[in-house]
Amino acid sequence: MVVRTRPDRIFRRLAASAGALTLVILFLIGLFLCVKGLPAIKDQGWAFFTTQVWNPPPRGNEFGIAALMWWTIVVALIALVIAVPISIAAALFVTEFAPRRMRRPLTSLIDLLAAVPSLIYGMWGAAYLRPRMVGLSAWLGKYLGFLPIFKPTTAFPIYGPSAFVAGVVVSLMVVPIVTSVVREVFSQVPPGEKEGAFALGGTRWGMVRAVVLPFGRGGIVGGSMLGLGRALGETIAILLIVSPLFQIRLNIIEAGAIPVAPLIANNFGESSGIALSALLAAGFVLFVVTLLVNVGASTVIARSRSGSGVEI
Amino acid sequence: MRTDAPKLAVVVEHRSPVKIRPSSFHPRDAAVVGGAAAASLALTWLLYSQILPFHGLPGFLLMWAAFDFLIYYVAVRETQGRVVARDRTMAAIITVVSIAIVIPLVLILGYVTLKGLRFLRLAFFTTTMASVGPESPTTQTGGLGAIVGTLEQVAIAMVISVPLGVLTAIYLNEVKGRLVRPTRIFVDAMSGVPSIVAGLFIYTVIVANGHGFSGFAAALALSILMLPTVTRTCEVVLRLVPDGLREASLAMGAPEWRTTWGVILPTARTGIITAMILGVARVVGETAPLIMTAFGSATLNLNPFSGPQAALSLSSFQLFGSSQTADVQRAWVFAFVLLSIVLILFVAARLQGERRRR
Amino acid sequence: MVRTEDRLDAALGDAHAPATLDAEDVHAWFGDHHVLGDITLSMPANSITSLIGPSGCGKSTFLRILNRMHELVPDASLAGSIALNGIDIYGPNVRATDVRRRIGMVFQKPNPFPAMTVAGNVLSGLKLCGMKTDDPDAVVERCLHRAGLWNELKNRLDRPGGALSGGQQQRLCIARSLAVEPQVLLMDEPCSALDPTSTRRIEDTMRELVDTVTIVIVTHNMQQAQRISDRCAFFNVDEGQPGGIVEIDTTERIFTDPSDPRTADYVHGRFG
Repeated sequence: MVVRTRPDRIFRRLAASAGALTLVILFLIGLFLCVKGLPAIKDQGWAFFTTQVWNPPPRGNEFGIAALMWWTIVVALIALVIAVPISIAAALFVTEFAPRRMRRPLTSLIDLLAAVPSLIYGMWGAAYLRPRMVGLSAWLGKYLGFLPIFKPTTAFPIYGPSAFVAGVVVSLMVVPIVTSVVREVFSQVPPGEKEGAFALGGTRWGMVRAVVLPFGRGGIVGGSMLGLGRALGETIAILLIVSPLFQIRLNIIEAGAIPVAPLIANNFGESSGIALSALLAAGFVLFVVTLLVNVGASTVIARSRSGSGVEI
Repeated sequence: MRTDAPKLAVVVEHRSPVKIRPSSFHPRDAAVVGGAAAASLALTWLLYSQILPFHGLPGFLLMWAAFDFLIYYVAVRETQGRVVARDRTMAAIITVVSIAIVIPLVLILGYVTLKGLRFLRLAFFTTTMASVGPESPTTQTGGLGAIVGTLEQVAIAMVISVPLGVLTAIYLNEVKGRLVRPTRIFVDAMSGVPSIVAGLFIYTVIVANGHGFSGFAAALALSILMLPTVTRTCEVVLRLVPDGLREASLAMGAPEWRTTWGVILPTARTGIITAMILGVARVVGETAPLIMTAFGSATLNLNPFSGPQAALSLSSFQLFGSSQTADVQRAWVFAFVLLSIVLILFVAARLQGERRRR
Repeated sequence: MVRTEDRLDAALGDAHAPATLDAEDVHAWFGDHHVLGDITLSMPANSITSLIGPSGCGKSTFLRILNRMHELVPDASLAGSIALNGIDIYGPNVRATDVRRRIGMVFQKPNPFPAMTVAGNVLSGLKLCGMKTDDPDAVVERCLHRAGLWNELKNRLDRPGGALSGGQQQRLCIARSLAVEPQVLLMDEPCSALDPTSTRRIEDTMRELVDTVTIVIVTHNMQQAQRISDRCAFFNVDEGQPGGIVEIDTTERIFTDPSDPRTADYVHGRFG
């Protein structure tokens, strides 16, 4: 039993309180959102989770997060589908294929993508990218319209403020997150295994497939989950790009989408009473979901063969 | 050094050996790469201009790349076999994709600069939006309120979260109490909290509770977002301090707190500064939480503890949503200034990190 | 049973002929650091040549030059020629991957692919080289037999490669190298991390393999060199000089009547 001096005991207790504060803050966030959001959930009952329309008082009396959750997941999925392969390619490039002098500059450039504020992404996405993606969206609707996600739902579809464009912009924000984790993981592949693959006559890509990718599987999954968490919570960029549509719909290229976070930001100014409570309830659901995804990501990374030394 | 060879009586001229550095690249390979690129370019050109109803450069580049990879794969497979073809093609794809990531970055930086620099004047830094009316020219923008707001809010957030973050890092790395693993999980969890949720929380606790909108409320929300970044970076930094220093100090009889305060923190100083810069860079561009805490303002509010305040990100967002084109153009000026600050912080953090390495 | 895309590595000659390796005037550098100088050595077909000598004189570096692994290290360079049955493996039309298939390597620390099964490990080389077989089970059985592992593992072929003992892992690596039908097998202190029983087993395996494969082994264990090899090359290094060969001879003469006093000192345990 270590006997400590009084100043040391105070010091340790101080440090421990700082650590505990993190938990306290998280707990309080959950508590306040839940408590303040409860009136809205009580008002609607279970329908809060199944209703698609968002029509709270004073205008109406029916609201639910079904469409919100739908679009939250859709935009995040689109972002992941684009970002994860690109991130794996970038991580492989930096660790295996690039000339040594290119590695740090390219890593810095990818990290710079993470530093750009999401407001800037949103403004650029709305002003520059969105008009330029109308042509592509129309083409997809016309030639690949047999796929449910591209199938036109009206005779004269409007393209532009869609989940698709939002997903592309969010993918730019997700790439640096996933790349950073996967790159770290790939750099920890045991060199002996890599040598073994080369000594058998393998090419560099053959070695990557036989050794690096299997080793890095946990990091890829964990990194993707971290990226998912980021995409689920993205607010401003999506808000500036999409036009709201309180309806679950498979088509992603047509105008209309409304994930949870952009809705809260958009409606906040004009909401009070039950309407405000509804926003807080939706915020609580978002908080819980992102919390689970992020903690899950940390666990996956830490438990995987590759992850025990990784800082995320 | 060979003893098999008989010793020669004649002096043999010693030629210095010719170094070889084998590489897997041959001039023949360059021909295949070039040929595939040319063939795919021609094919894409033909399809684009004659047969398919596409326009636009991005589509052209994508189709050229796709055909290039395909033709290259087939060409290498025919001459060197499937294994080499797969290797070369995947290397090409990975290289192109990785370098292409830079393209959106360049587009964004370029676009914001183009649109923002155009209407930026010195008066931006000395006047507020209050002096700007519907008839004012687009070159007249007032960013003083926003700049003051961002500075005060970020400064207060730093005052709150840096000591807390350093202390938490000390707990995780030096004190190593029983709750280290759960604490680490919580810090990770906190870094995933969406910024709007942080804003909502502070709104319900502070703003809606009678205190109203203020820069301080915004700073509180920003601290929630900043704290995990500072904590994690500091933890890494503390871990890099050699154990030998700790042991030496403790062996001399210094108590733990003295060791930490007098030996470890000074050693880690540059790393902690990096953590601060990274934390600031993380929150300086946040908009969503400010919507419901600082609320925004056209006038100059020097008091962060009372009354709504503007911020660079918030003003930019609000102007961007205006129906007047002049306001939208002004939004780009704010965005440009904000982006410049972020870039400066990013470079500063990198340079600081470099210094630590030396 | 195993087919390669033969026309493609034709530059290296008949893939099934007994293979002699001839090193001539070989030098090696890491950056500007000259680590090996003037190595000339002939390793005859279907024999075991051992490279002995104290640590740090470049034996492993030389071994890695023999299968073009040396060039994987950034800043590494070399000089001289290595000929496989007369064909320079560093020639302009020769691919390093083809060389490594013909000249296999077993490492000091066993490195099976831990996530693959035993059978998967044995067959992994085929996949990496683009070799095809109609009967993978027969290939697995044959290679595990030759490596002396079949009886132990025939009912546990789906165990992961990382779950075996050290000696088993090393023999698995040998089986894995044999699956691609190499002409030469290089072994870099293959038994130094193993217990005496496993060492003996592997030495027995080597003596059986030598009928079909030329073996070059780096070893610190002089008794081992005496037991198994036909010829020995004694490497040494002086301070500030690149490593080099002092003496090459049959094993018997190196150990009983060496020409150079330094060789005599080393084999009698007076240094190293």
